[in-house]
Amino acid sequence: MKAPPPTYSKFRDVQAELAKSGAAIFRDADGVDSLVIRYPYSIEYIHSYAQDSPFFLALAEGRLRGSRCTKKRCAFVFATPRSHCMVCGAPTEWIDLPTTGRIHSWTTCHFGGEAFLKETPYNLALVEFEGADSVMLARLKDAVESELYVGMPVEARFDPNPKYSITDVWFVPRK
Amino acid sequence: MVTGGVTKFAKAHPAMDFRLMVKRAYDYALKGIPNLTPDRIDGTRISYFSDHFSRQLKAASMVQDYLGMNPKGSVRIEWGGATGGECFQAAYEAVASGRMDVCLAAGYETMSRVATWKGNEFIALASDTNFDFPLGGFYTGYYALMVVRHIYEYLRKTRFAHIADEREAQRLAIEEGTRIMSMVSVKNHRNALHNPYAQYPKRLTVQDVLNSEMISYPLTREQICTMSDGAAVAFLASESVAREFTDKPVLVKGVGCGTDTMRLADRPFGKVPLLPHEKPEDYAGLEYPGVHSFRAGRAAGIEAYRHAGITHPNRELDFIELHDAYSSSEIQTYEDLGLCRYGEGYSFVERGDPFLKGIDYGFPTPRAGAMPVNPSGGLIACGHPVGATGLMQGVFAFWQLQGTIRKHFGDGALQLKGAKRGAIHSHAGTGSSVTVTVLERGFR
Ligand SMILES: [Zn+2]
Repeated sequence: MKAPPPTYSKFRDVQAELAKSGAAIFRDADGVDSLVIRYPYSIEYIHSYAQDSPFFLALAEGRLRGSRCTKKRCAFVFATPRSHCMVCGAPTEWIDLPTTGRIHSWTTCHFGGEAFLKETPYNLALVEFEGADSVMLARLKDAVESELYVGMPVEARFDPNPKYSITDVWFVPRK
Repeated sequence: MVTGGVTKFAKAHPAMDFRLMVKRAYDYALKGIPNLTPDRIDGTRISYFSDHFSRQLKAASMVQDYLGMNPKGSVRIEWGGATGGECFQAAYEAVASGRMDVCLAAGYETMSRVATWKGNEFIALASDTNFDFPLGGFYTGYYALMVVRHIYEYLRKTRFAHIADEREAQRLAIEEGTRIMSMVSVKNHRNALHNPYAQYPKRLTVQDVLNSEMISYPLTREQICTMSDGAAVAFLASESVAREFTDKPVLVKGVGCGTDTMRLADRPFGKVPLLPHEKPEDYAGLEYPGVHSFRAGRAAGIEAYRHAGITHPNRELDFIELHDAYSSSEIQTYEDLGLCRYGEGYSFVERGDPFLKGIDYGFPTPRAGAMPVNPSGGLIACGHPVGATGLMQGVFAFWQLQGTIRKHFGDGALQLKGAKRGAIHSHAGTGSSVTVTVLERGFR
């Protein structure tokens, strides 16, 4: 026989108890008791970048790649690559993007998903490139909120220790 | 539509799991409708957004089971933030196709099961996990990117065009834009003071909204909807049987749905798809949608209005319950749905059009009542349990059109006098899918 776990009327206290012992009883305003338990979950995925792989491999070499529609009359240039054209459906080919561009829009995040809270505040920017028909989302570093504006010239920086993630590239204000 | 029910949306409902929440909304909907017995229900459409929040795959089967609906036909609906709106339309299609005479649309979400920032991470998994998610896992950041560009297009280039210093002009435009966005937040929170189902009714001021914690510049906490637990149901019936259940049915007059690229970065810079009352020269030189507007919302509006025979939405609709996950997206949506032209969303708020008559907002609203938007308080004040939200809008719009707001809210302040036609609008991640449904009073 095991005694029931402690009862709390504040949900905050229930959460604290879960962290400690893994179980608690929550008594709500109507006097209804609910047994609440900790219920963890974690998983490792085997993730293939598949047709996007050349982009991430290029980042690790310090190159920024986009893609261009192979149909002559379309020739849409994607600054975030896609292996098939969203306009006409034709296959695209890999191209090198300039490593300089301009801010199309931006924000400074003071919060984020749980995994990213420790990185706050961080800037996000959509970057436009000369000759490209779409833009690219990236982190923007070495600049604070009050310095950022639409149209600001920026240039790419690459992680010398690449993790094969979109975070292997970021932008900084162009000097 | 013949009846509906909603549970009060709350931060957490530990004493009810998702099945019991739906059951409560279901029982509320059936109360006082003796002819709508379970044997009259031909099937169901059940919606919830996230298997991560549920941590129970095929949870819709357990709702079906709990309600005693087996062995009737059922389908689970999921379409991001537009899950509830899509569920409503799926039930409409089941009836309109002749497959069913009575279809139950039921939706729920239980977001309290993880901490808030973990919840944000789950929601952000509805962005491209190769290119977008690893940058911050944060939807508020994406909407902030969109509104910064919206302000640039529509305030920087107009009201602040005379200022030569680019940075200064953009700063002033953002200040102006966020002040006006805060008025939307004040509206929705104050409307909700009269809605007992709302999670966060508050008597805020513009200053309170601006002073609340910065989440992702320029969006502050009070401009953003929260995580909620809640459920909602709507019963749709064919015109041949609807009057057996109520003498005040509401007609589903038009449905529309639109989509856009998952990544903001892929949105094209093309031309505006026009509504019947607009002309190409209205938008000369405007690159559309870019990241400033929701092309999916425009497409959904075009389809729904065409279906409903609406040519001037602003004149022919009496109100809209729209998906204000952010005060910014409410303003962007006015333009998508043609309540005003692209670029006029901020003036639309300042003139007072989307406000209610007879409610004190703490600032002048000269044209209040012209086009009430989110009379219920919207997502910002009611909460946003994703799979239930679009259905909640359907239920609130249904009560508006029936003229039964006082009966269900215990307060008649939000009842729009003589409302004959309204719309509901449900929106998924950065506008990747949107539904619009036009509802009309189906009785004299
Ligand atoms: Zn093409």
